[in-house]
Amino acid sequence: MSVELDVFVGNTTIMDEEVYQLWLDGYTVIDAVKVRREGGVLDECEANADVVLSDTMDQYRTFQMCERLLHSPPKLANQLLFQITPHRQTILIERYYAFDDAFVREVLGKKLSKGTKKDLDDISAKTTVTLKSCRRQFDNFKRVFKVVEELKGPLVENIRHHFLLSDKLAKDYAAIVFFANNRFETGKRKLQYLTFQDFAICAGQLINNWTVGAVGPDSFVDNMVEDMDVDLDKEFLQELKELKILITDKDLLDQHKSLVCTALRGKTKAFNEMEANFKNLSRGLVNIAAKLTNTKDVRDFFIDLVEKFIEPCRSDRWTAADMKLYLTHYTNSVHILDTFKHQVVWDRYMGVIKSCIFKMYHD
Amino acid sequence: MPGKLKAKIVAGRHLPVMDRASDLTDAFVEVKFGNTTFKTDVYPKSLNPQWNSEWFKFEVDDEDLQDEPLQITVLDHDTYSANDAIGKVYIDIDPLLCTEAASIISGWFPIYDTIHGIRGEINVLVKVELFNDLNRFRQSSCGVKFFCTTSIPRGYRAATVHGFLEELVVNEDPEYQWIDRIRTPRASNEARQRLISLMSGELQRKIGLKVLEMGGNAVVGYLQCFDLEGESGLVVRAIGTACSLEKLSSGSILNTHTHPNTAPASNACNSPSKDGKESPLAHGCRSTHNSPVHSACSAQRLSQNFSISVPTLIFTGMGSGGSAGKEAGPLKTLLRQQTQTALEQREFPFFTLTSFPPAFLLHVGGVVNARSVKLLDRIHNPALGNTRSYKLLDWNSVTADEPETRDAWWEEIRQEIKSHAKALGCHAVVGYSESTSICEEVCILSASGTAAILNPRYMREGCLDIGSTDHRFEEPSPPTCGFCHIPYDELNMPFPAQLTYCYHCRRQKVPDVLFTTIDLPAEAAVTGKGCLIQARLCRLKKKAQGEVNATAISNLLPFMEYELHTQLMNKLKLRSMNALFGLRIQISVGENMLLGLASATGVYLTALPAPGGIQIAGKTPGDPSNEQHLLTIQKRINEATAKNKELYQINPPELTEEGVGSPIPEPRQRSRLFRSHSESSDEISELDLSHGKKDAFVLEIDDTDAVEDIHSLLTDANPPRGFYSCNTETMPGIYNWTSGIQMFTSVRILRLNNTNLTNQGLNKIFTDLCENLLKSFYFKLRSMIPCCLCHLNFTVAVPEEELIQVAVTAVAMTFDKDQTQEKLAEKLIPKGGSDTDEQLQFPMELCADSSTINSQPSSKISVSSLEHSSPLPDGRSRSLRSSRSFGGSTVTVVKMTPLSFLPGTRIIKYLGIINMFFIRETTSLREEGGVSGFLHSFIAEVFAMVRAHVAALGGNAVVSYSMQDCVLMENPNKNQAQCLINVSGDAVICVRESDQDSLASTTTIGHSCSSTTDVTT
Repeated sequence: MSVELDVFVGNTTIMDEEVYQLWLDGYTVIDAVKVRREGGVLDECEANADVVLSDTMDQYRTFQMCERLLHSPPKLANQLLFQITPHRQTILIERYYAFDDAFVREVLGKKLSKGTKKDLDDISAKTTVTLKSCRRQFDNFKRVFKVVEELKGPLVENIRHHFLLSDKLAKDYAAIVFFANNRFETGKRKLQYLTFQDFAICAGQLINNWTVGAVGPDSFVDNMVEDMDVDLDKEFLQELKELKILITDKDLLDQHKSLVCTALRGKTKAFNEMEANFKNLSRGLVNIAAKLTNTKDVRDFFIDLVEKFIEPCRSDRWTAADMKLYLTHYTNSVHILDTFKHQVVWDRYMGVIKSCIFKMYHD
Repeated sequence: MPGKLKAKIVAGRHLPVMDRASDLTDAFVEVKFGNTTFKTDVYPKSLNPQWNSEWFKFEVDDEDLQDEPLQITVLDHDTYSANDAIGKVYIDIDPLLCTEAASIISGWFPIYDTIHGIRGEINVLVKVELFNDLNRFRQSSCGVKFFCTTSIPRGYRAATVHGFLEELVVNEDPEYQWIDRIRTPRASNEARQRLISLMSGELQRKIGLKVLEMGGNAVVGYLQCFDLEGESGLVVRAIGTACSLEKLSSGSILNTHTHPNTAPASNACNSPSKDGKESPLAHGCRSTHNSPVHSACSAQRLSQNFSISVPTLIFTGMGSGGSAGKEAGPLKTLLRQQTQTALEQREFPFFTLTSFPPAFLLHVGGVVNARSVKLLDRIHNPALGNTRSYKLLDWNSVTADEPETRDAWWEEIRQEIKSHAKALGCHAVVGYSESTSICEEVCILSASGTAAILNPRYMREGCLDIGSTDHRFEEPSPPTCGFCHIPYDELNMPFPAQLTYCYHCRRQKVPDVLFTTIDLPAEAAVTGKGCLIQARLCRLKKKAQGEVNATAISNLLPFMEYELHTQLMNKLKLRSMNALFGLRIQISVGENMLLGLASATGVYLTALPAPGGIQIAGKTPGDPSNEQHLLTIQKRINEATAKNKELYQINPPELTEEGVGSPIPEPRQRSRLFRSHSESSDEISELDLSHGKKDAFVLEIDDTDAVEDIHSLLTDANPPRGFYSCNTETMPGIYNWTSGIQMFTSVRILRLNNTNLTNQGLNKIFTDLCENLLKSFYFKLRSMIPCCLCHLNFTVAVPEEELIQVAVTAVAMTFDKDQTQEKLAEKLIPKGGSDTDEQLQFPMELCADSSTINSQPSSKISVSSLEHSSPLPDGRSRSLRSSRSFGGSTVTVVKMTPLSFLPGTRIIKYLGIINMFFIRETTSLREEGGVSGFLHSFIAEVFAMVRAHVAALGGNAVVSYSMQDCVLMENPNKNQAQCLINVSGDAVICVRESDQDSLASTTTIGHSCSSTTDVTT
């Protein structure tokens, strides 16, 4: 005797959030039943193992049928097949597009290509995220990437609109898309201490300040550019070369140093190290700026920040407050330099650098 | 009365990709009605085409309007090869033909393909202009209202209840025509869908004509069924009750839809009647088949039209033969001519209603039941000069020289039912229904109902005013118990029943147990709560062909009925209840077995005497180990009974007043379940009988069968805490429903791999199947606790030799636990407040909550400079550059329920009946997730299509929803499966009860309804 067929269909689609999570996490039906039983589900409503199995299979089937719709969430609201409350729809979408930080760290900045997809089993083994879940997350990244790639307009808005995600999740996806597009290196050992959220915040800064779309509406009245939030502003990158004068012009460099040191003196224990390292650190930051016209150097942006700035400071045992103090004065002192003509570019550059370093300066 | 049908194709969305090269589709639409077809332009390269066509106009007879559906086909244009069909939409025009129903059909319909399922949606507008024409000899019956609801629809009152309606039409099944060998499965399925649509249309029209002839204006309790007889054809048949309905003014509606405030009657009745010491199984159930003699006498006619009537079984064991076999000779006279219809209807005083206006039902006799086994043979198609593209045969109009027809078969059964009712001293049958079970060429026809005496005033024309003036019926019996009083003559009882004076009024006699097929009358006084009671039974039979097979089946039937009845009775006693409502006995035939399932809702009627307990008697008194065994069983039974009493809150006040200390009568004087005819032992009197009533029930244990029975009796699990279940409209004893509802359909099929099964083994498997289904429901719906599963409708089938199929449709409804005892509280509870977030709020649009996400009706926003005026949080005022249209959802929430009402709401308009038939087939079963995946998506699709049609009519709910058929055929080896589903219900607009004041004056609420009621969510 065997169950040949077993279905349960409600006029309002019944979905158990716990089972949904198990499905998303890539559990097989058998494993999911095990987890549920261990969670004490049998105590509810005098259930037995068969009942839980039957229920789990039904729900898995429902989710599989919904998955097609979840690939383009706006369809979920307009489809007629499943009657799902708006509240439930939001949960379904948000959970489906949620990802594991461990997983996203592995693929952040990588090309979302077939090649990467082939490596998913390694990533799965490394992160203990099931392969099925890895695939879903990877496919989500890729799907979002492909959709927004062709769109004009602000990245976060586009993601939120086309995938009906929460603001937070949309921003995270924007970061992922932005990293994938610019292929930022994030996998090096020296960067391992950084979390996805560190990168996401940095990405937000870059998107908001360094991209084509960052300049503001006035200059783009009738000219919405494709990828305006994904590609860095080339003109700006060219202009960054002009900053080199801050380290090549010896007078300017000295003047800058003395201004910063005057301002810092007596305010921090690390003053001596700051003074001693000023030229080195300044060269580091300005050189990063000057090189950003090369795609290769853009990719190394974060590793450069760590190597050229964060590591030296860390070895000198700067506190986070020291860092804040130093960078604030380092940035503002330039405004006093009369001969330096590129204040706007400088602010646009340093604004982002400051925020990134603040975020990245931790253990 | 010709009319003009107008249709406009607006747009499509979510179309499938038909051109692999471009990943797009060049869609156009064909709109067909009758033999006229219009086409839209091709809308090139889009999955969301905007045709915005002109109004296509069809000038047609209203007869065609009733019969034909509007057929919309979406195709992909292909320059070089034939155009590919994407899918179809059939729209039933009927609701537009009735002035009181819908005025326009407008909305998104799923585009359905029988192979691929739903493939996108299409937006359509349909209108009808009817020209008035008072032709007395018309063939159409436009304007007759149809209701699936088996009670007087809310908001109406019945001026007259005219009586029984029946009709059937027969045709060849396209699936079995020669052409089916050369056409594609899709073409074959579509031919079938279309044919059945036409046949239902015609059936409805003919029923409507009968209503008009009887002077009525509506059909209530309309039930349409299909018999897929395979080679021998396709029968579509319908029954219903003709009424003259009048719309109530909004003020008086309030009075009719709430439960009458009859608090559970307290009564002090404590004197049992003296008579009836002997009470062998008095229960008011009478199920008959023709006597065995008859099968012999019908043998002479066996050659072509084999027909066996099953031996009469009177459960009481006393009734002598019941209705003796009738000669089939006068059958021809039963074939009625159309003109005689009205007169003939009186011949069958049957009513498909299950609940009635107050004072309509005077007395209830008991269940009447008739079955007959028939052999199917090809329906002969006399060459009719039928110019239509399909052939429809109506046996009523063919009077010449026809073979024994389906019509005659049903006549025969109805005559039997009628005679049984007479034997119970009743002149009418209520809660009447008919069903069939077909396996190969054998067909079991069944009819059942409840014998009753009705208030004759309701039958007469125009003398009634039910809504307000109940006092006009000066009936001697008080309303709360009157229906329980026996209709038959006490001295000349049709079966031996134990009669007592009514425990409520103490003036009239009542039986000790009452079985009915109707819903519990609203005025009935009930003690405690009710519960679902099921009897399940499997009987193996040898595989056989033709007459031998039919004989074998008809020999088994009486035993099955008997056993089912025994089980029901035992389970009823175990729960200390004394009446069954909504009894439905289904017997399903397969190649090597018969399945029997009886479902009912047990209650304790306050007016009836308290049931005695169950006693166990052994056959072999001397054996001490056996004695011990018996004692253990007895103890368990007593414990179960006590537990049930507590669970269902059955505490009749008079229980203890009598019986305590009264001597236990000798076993052989007690009622007895005739397991065997052996003498029961005297030792029994030593057992401690905690139920010291003299009418205790004795179960004799004399063989393994009996032990099985008792075990199965005790293994039936009660619902878990917080759950109740019943198969009637609502649960007796629960009156304060809140608005959380969840309708569901569940199907389970078991494959019996073990070929050496015994009857007992099968019984266990079948019982477990049903029990596990219930357990699954409780588990799945646990978030709704406290809740009640209402209208649990189990349907069993044996689709193949080794398979048992059970399909269930029911609705889970939440109620307010704290106030279950207070009927009066119903009105006072603020309905909306108790909703959980999980529940769909009534008539909310799905987009309501998602407005933050879908804030832009983007299709209307042009990509222009105005977008810069919308500042975004990060200070950059940029806007969306999408050309895609992702608007907020426009999907109306449509609630569905098998009940005639939605708790917490008021039906303000009936929009017409929904009657849909779908076929789905697949040749990639594995890819669709196996047979479960296939059926799961098909049922979801059927729900979606029902909801879409209701929404297009302007409705927001379906009441009295039912799935009449779910026929699944599979061939996993070929990776194929096919499924047929037939559903029906009443499309309605309803509003929350709290809104009724603001909306009471609204007379025409069409599509604006959804937006109006948005406010409430």
